[in-house]
Amino acid sequence: MKKINREKIIPILFILPSIILVFIFVYGFIGWTGIVSLVNWRDIFPDFSFVGFKNYKELFQDYRFQVSFKNTLIFTALFLISCIIIGLLLAILIDRKIRGENIFRNIYLFPMAISFVVTGVVWRWLLNPGPSLLDPIGINMILDKIGLSFLKSGWYTDPKIGIKAVVIAAFWQMSGYVMAMYLAGIRGIPTELFEAAQVDGANTLEVYRFIILPLLRPITLGAVIILGHISLKIFDLVFAMTGSGIGFSCDVPALYMYDKTFRGNFFSQGASIAMILLISVAILIIPYLRYSLKAEVKR
Amino acid sequence: MRSKILLILSLIFLLTIFTSFSQLKGKIEIFSWWTAGGEAEGLQALFDIFHKKYPDVEIINATVAGGAGAQAKAVLKTRMLGGDPPDTFQVHAGHELIDTWVKTGFMEPITFLYKEEGWTKVMPKGILDIVSYRGQYWSVPVNIHRANVLWYNKKIFEDNKLTPPKTFDEFFKVADALKAKGITPLALGTKDGWEAAHVFETVLIGKLGADGYKGLWTGKTKWSDSKVTDALETFKKMLTYVNPDHSARTWDEACALIVEGKAAMNIMGDWAVGYFYAKGFKDFGWTLAPGNAGIFDALSDSFGLPKGAKNRDNVIAFLKVLGSKEGQEAFNIKKGSIPARTDVDKGKFPEYQKSAMDDWLKHAIVPSVMHGAAASEGWVTEFKDVISLFIARPDVKTTQQALVNIAVRQGVKQ
Repeated sequence: MKKINREKIIPILFILPSIILVFIFVYGFIGWTGIVSLVNWRDIFPDFSFVGFKNYKELFQDYRFQVSFKNTLIFTALFLISCIIIGLLLAILIDRKIRGENIFRNIYLFPMAISFVVTGVVWRWLLNPGPSLLDPIGINMILDKIGLSFLKSGWYTDPKIGIKAVVIAAFWQMSGYVMAMYLAGIRGIPTELFEAAQVDGANTLEVYRFIILPLLRPITLGAVIILGHISLKIFDLVFAMTGSGIGFSCDVPALYMYDKTFRGNFFSQGASIAMILLISVAILIIPYLRYSLKAEVKR
Repeated sequence: MRSKILLILSLIFLLTIFTSFSQLKGKIEIFSWWTAGGEAEGLQALFDIFHKKYPDVEIINATVAGGAGAQAKAVLKTRMLGGDPPDTFQVHAGHELIDTWVKTGFMEPITFLYKEEGWTKVMPKGILDIVSYRGQYWSVPVNIHRANVLWYNKKIFEDNKLTPPKTFDEFFKVADALKAKGITPLALGTKDGWEAAHVFETVLIGKLGADGYKGLWTGKTKWSDSKVTDALETFKKMLTYVNPDHSARTWDEACALIVEGKAAMNIMGDWAVGYFYAKGFKDFGWTLAPGNAGIFDALSDSFGLPKGAKNRDNVIAFLKVLGSKEGQEAFNIKKGSIPARTDVDKGKFPEYQKSAMDDWLKHAIVPSVMHGAAASEGWVTEFKDVISLFIARPDVKTTQQALVNIAVRQGVKQ
């Protein structure tokens, strides 16, 4: 009797410190942020008088918040689509048993090793249209030189493009990562399946369409979750690359939260932006967690 | 156990007695956002003076990089709220100091230092006003910067036989002439969000005059005033003369356009002079922003004494160095700003600073809003956002209404 107890208790004891720390420093602070978002703290000095959902209401009426929220949705959608398409394409190409596979794989994967801040600064200059239309710099200059002048644009300095230009930098950085995920997935498909398909008379296109793509579905889901939570809470890339842009065309909620909290001292409103971000990430993540939990139970 | 505690207590007791009798010892942590070129050298010059006087005090230089201190302020706020204040920290004199830190009870008054050192006699009223609250002084201003300066490339102006503009009419005439020649008339960088509002601040001063502008922040001037409309219309027109890639540039990258000869003018504070020196660029000239004749749009960096500073005596010693003639001279020559004291040796300073020092005594002093002197940080942030939006959607009527709304939210009757 005593022995069984000890066997049960010791693992719990080992895990206890981290559970306590996680509860305090993750869930505790989430709870604290939630409380702060419901009070009237709009100065450096805390004011804990309860105001309900006033901060949230004000936010949703705020033009800058509306724009920045819309921007994140656009950013997330474009970022996910472009990363997955490009990542899949690269993975398929590399899987064709080309010479120098290692070199290419490393080249594609390398941008991921760079921090978003570095990417942001580099792309800020690459996508800078230059001081006047007559002397372009960066990408615009290259387009001029190779005779594709009609493709020139103001990139992120054009309020109509804004955040969409930031997507270019973002997928440059992350599509290599998606490629690595897909490549592992493709390599994990048993060769018998290909052989069987070929015996059945399927051509290469059909092999991809009916065998590889369906089998890669769980990887796509994983990629959506990982990229989705990065892009919903993105801050560093936008901060380094564009700031909030002309008329907030590049603004995202995380940037607004930083401005509100640390420049304007509107701590409660900052906290409510944080809660909205948390909820939007949760909407994405929770179904996935439930799905993977169920899968584990089955196993 | 008990004996150990007793030992420690008696040691602490001995130490405090010891330090009060002898020279200062221990550490001092000085928090600022001075990390680049001239400003870091200026800070080092101060440290050198302090170190010579108090060789036993170890200086901890706690800096956080980032223009206008945006990042440093975030770090400072978390430290102050977390009960871990640095011994002394850089803060813009004016509302940023008073509203953020003094009214909320984070600072200790240092009026006694002003009396001991006689600073009230050597600093002008304009600056003493913005470091005081309820009859007490709360920080030591170490420098004065001027925000309303128009910088220009001398060569471009000579080549095109133009004279630097003094009024808005002249500005637009010069700008048209430059535009016809294919030169960008006004360099602007809006990447960090505050630069456009900085230019608009000088337009407000130009249209409303010193008293009218000051009244905006106290309620004496209404934001719905027709002169504010005029300022917005003028600013809108000015924006048609700027470089199209302004949202890709920071303030210094806008100055680079002047250095490269691609743009002719730039409205920026006089920290630009430090940038020009650092680039080895001598062909710049300066005048005041259009319509700003006789007005000095000032901001000031200052250091105070936070409550609960761990090395209070060292801080007081450091503040004395900051306010001393020697300290102010050493710092400002390097930094490119002018001393808050008016009794320093002008001969030691470069050309631009000499002219600014003359103006400092003659001109009407108004506090800068974008740099924390005129309004609380909350107001400044919202003001900045409204102007930032105005660049993309130059709709005068809604923008003016938005400015009125902010003032109302800040408790200023309209």
